[in-house]
Amino acid sequence: MRTRKMSQCVEQIRHVCTLGAFESVLAIKRAVPIVHAGPGCVAKLWTTLGSQNGHQGSGYVGGHAIPCTNASEKEVVFGGTDQLRKVITNTFDVIDGDLFVVLTGCTSDIIGDDVGEVTRKFQDQGKPIVYVETGGFKGSNLVGHELVLDAIIDQYLQPQQVEPGLVNIWSSVPYQNTFWSGDIEQLNILISSLGLKPNVIFGPDSSVEALNNIPKAQFNLVISPWVGLRNAEHLEDKFGTPFLHYPALPVGPTETSNFLRAVGEFAGIDPSVVENVIRKQEERYFYYLERAADTLLETRLLPRRFITVADSLYALGIARFLTNDMGLIPEKQFITDDTPIKFQDSVSAEFKKFTSDIVAETVFSNDGGFVEEEIRKLKIRSRPIILGSSWERVVARDLNAYQLSVSAPIGNEMVLSKSYVGYNGALQLVEDIYSVVLNDFM
Amino acid sequence: MSINLNLSQVTIREKRLKSIVGYQGTIKDLAEQSQSGCLKNASRGFSQATNCNSGCAQGYLSSITDAAIVNHGPIGCAGDVAGANAGFQWGQRIRDWNQRNVRIINTNMSEKAVVFGGDQILKEGILKAYERFNPKAIFVTTSCASGIIGDDIESTMRNVEAEIGIPVVPVFCEGFRSQIWASGFDAAFHALLSRIVKPAEKKRPELVNVINFAGSGRAVITEIFGRLGLVPQFGIPYSNIEEISRWSEAAATISICGTLGSYMGNGLEQNFGVPYVTALQPHGISGFDDWLTKLGETVGKEKEVEEYLAEQKVIAAPDLEEIKFKLKGKKVVVGMGPSFAHNYIRFLEDLGMEVVWGFSWHYDAKHDHGGCPSCTVELTKIDKDIPVSVSDQQNHEVINLLSKVKPDIFIGRHPGMSVWATKMGIPAIMVSDEYSAFGYQGTIEFGHRIIDALTNNSLALNLSKRIQLPYTEWWLEQDPFEFLKQKNKRKESENKKNVAVR
Repeated sequence: MRTRKMSQCVEQIRHVCTLGAFESVLAIKRAVPIVHAGPGCVAKLWTTLGSQNGHQGSGYVGGHAIPCTNASEKEVVFGGTDQLRKVITNTFDVIDGDLFVVLTGCTSDIIGDDVGEVTRKFQDQGKPIVYVETGGFKGSNLVGHELVLDAIIDQYLQPQQVEPGLVNIWSSVPYQNTFWSGDIEQLNILISSLGLKPNVIFGPDSSVEALNNIPKAQFNLVISPWVGLRNAEHLEDKFGTPFLHYPALPVGPTETSNFLRAVGEFAGIDPSVVENVIRKQEERYFYYLERAADTLLETRLLPRRFITVADSLYALGIARFLTNDMGLIPEKQFITDDTPIKFQDSVSAEFKKFTSDIVAETVFSNDGGFVEEEIRKLKIRSRPIILGSSWERVVARDLNAYQLSVSAPIGNEMVLSKSYVGYNGALQLVEDIYSVVLNDFM
Repeated sequence: MSINLNLSQVTIREKRLKSIVGYQGTIKDLAEQSQSGCLKNASRGFSQATNCNSGCAQGYLSSITDAAIVNHGPIGCAGDVAGANAGFQWGQRIRDWNQRNVRIINTNMSEKAVVFGGDQILKEGILKAYERFNPKAIFVTTSCASGIIGDDIESTMRNVEAEIGIPVVPVFCEGFRSQIWASGFDAAFHALLSRIVKPAEKKRPELVNVINFAGSGRAVITEIFGRLGLVPQFGIPYSNIEEISRWSEAAATISICGTLGSYMGNGLEQNFGVPYVTALQPHGISGFDDWLTKLGETVGKEKEVEEYLAEQKVIAAPDLEEIKFKLKGKKVVVGMGPSFAHNYIRFLEDLGMEVVWGFSWHYDAKHDHGGCPSCTVELTKIDKDIPVSVSDQQNHEVINLLSKVKPDIFIGRHPGMSVWATKMGIPAIMVSDEYSAFGYQGTIEFGHRIIDALTNNSLALNLSKRIQLPYTEWWLEQDPFEFLKQKNKRKESENKKNVAVR
């Protein structure tokens, strides 16, 4: 049983609006967003996706360094293209970057500034610049992330000779997923372990060169219930690149080994190579888990059930691990990423594929207030663990539940390179969950 | 300009206070131009992301304990709510309260609402807030989108108000309306003054309204005021609607920040007969002396104040001597909102430091009592003329200037600014708590904070060696205010004299 969009209004927000995708641009090294919007948009969106999300700061050219028109009443009344043209012109002189992405906000989109025309003039001069209309009313920043990628695909990428073994990975959305950069590093390690070469588009090893190389890939790998699918389809249409859609984030040995087998098969890798990698990784994982097993089984007041409040990627990845590997039982799974209705059935279906015929009930709502009400209504024996955002700290305290922040916004943790992905990420998640429990004793 | 509470919407600072976001010159020139009424805003040919008034309005109102907010806009307009909540958690923690989340609902305005109007979703949002939170009042904050499509939100709100029987109050704070984010404070206070504050039934001569933010200094102020026979009433955050309705009963209002308090203080004075103390801000010794002395004059406690200050001077003298000795001649750049910036410039000069540049993110040519801000006027009284600019968090100007003047330290106040000095190897302090450098003890603590920052700068040095700034070499060679379109802008040679030679 599922619940479709329950409420128009939203309390305790988990994602922001389309324009939030400027953070995806910031995730590419030396790529520079140019924001054509009102004066507060960047500061507001950066709060949920940055400063209150694992305390991710401005980085190379984020925050107050982002060129922005700060559109005022004058631009709203008389049009903002002149100001935008000035800001773009001067950005090329002032900011040292390799790719520039113009993103619009509500003011520009509602009054109908022709941002495409302004940008094309710069493109005609050979400048590395693309534009995308991301007025906040168009949807979430996850949709915005896809729009930015589509803009890059349409306006920037050129056909390339295919390089066998090169893989583009589309998964954790930069900044929206608090652990995105660590996740990307872990996914790259997993993919590399099969002898493939990840094309690193976001994060510490990214570059605009990698963007240029997107059409070179042997295939696109979408590890996500829905975000990024349209981009993979787009790349298939435009460059003929095939793609593999793997809906679950691989967390823990069961899912990660399945994942490696699926990728290996799709890429045409000798199964013995894949099995060799899996065996070594699982041995390492179980070495540590064996040591933890005493405490996992013998400590008082261990959580038996878990509630997840997260975007579909993390909710599914974490639920699969805790159920299939750790023997916990999923209570309701709240999916907060405003999953488009056309994907809700397929996302829900993934929550029925667990060990022992366990089904995790999914509730789709981006309204944290509604989620909180639902959590308070649950009748749960034992102390559950709530895996959500820092919004859930209050309800967890009230219900005497354990709480770990795994999903945006996370204000109560500093997150740097940490990730819950793969074999190693699962160990990290076990450490974090059971440290919450053990800290409660002393 | 008198404050008119019959209007539903506050007049923005640009029009009411002749506020600006672009200027470069010196403090004496700035004060002279604002007093003669010829101060003009200078626009920029290049600009970087700033803040909007909605953030100030919504953030400030969200910590009223029994009110709710409906933010009428696309979901991103509630992007700062996670930050407001973090602040709210801290404020509850320092009061030993059970922590709960802020009560803000966003109407999640979609393309459909933009095309067909958002009145219906606003109504739903208000009803939902009423049902969920059982609040004593609901504030509706507007957005760029709701402002441009021209929803008749006031009639929607009147109808819902009649239905639910609690005040449903508009707070007009569309981001594009004002370039001065502090206009959002005025919008919040206008909503309170026009719909929540009631005429006093009885006056309480011992009561002083203290306008602040998180209010970490409550215990210290309560103690000081107690010595004077006064009782502070802190707010507006962490107050409830009933308490705010009785702010008119106080003998005076005083503020921790001139930018913050101007509208509320003067509104209470003009409309409810509560005098507003327009003193310097209580940061540093001279500021605190003035703040407390003017309060004493307003409520007839001159003698008590004089005695208290004399006593404090003696106690603090040895510590202050030590601090002044250690900080003498250290070069500092300040970057804050106008009231804090101009108060901190004075305070740091008082400590014997040399303020080589003062950035204020905006500047109000006057405050609501009609005069030029006291903290600015005060700075014109010293011999030297301090170079200043009004640069709304314009990072390119700040970094360019820092790279030229190379101060010993940067002292800032808003998130996302001080970090840039650190990346350049310059030690930085962020004054996030409004009671930093408050009074005698606060001044001594802050002096030691500066000394500590100067003592070990390894983090900044290590970062600066490995981190590249996003600015081109070309830009760093330009005049920091190259993009500022100011008619009487100082010539580059003159500017260099101010900047490079120091």
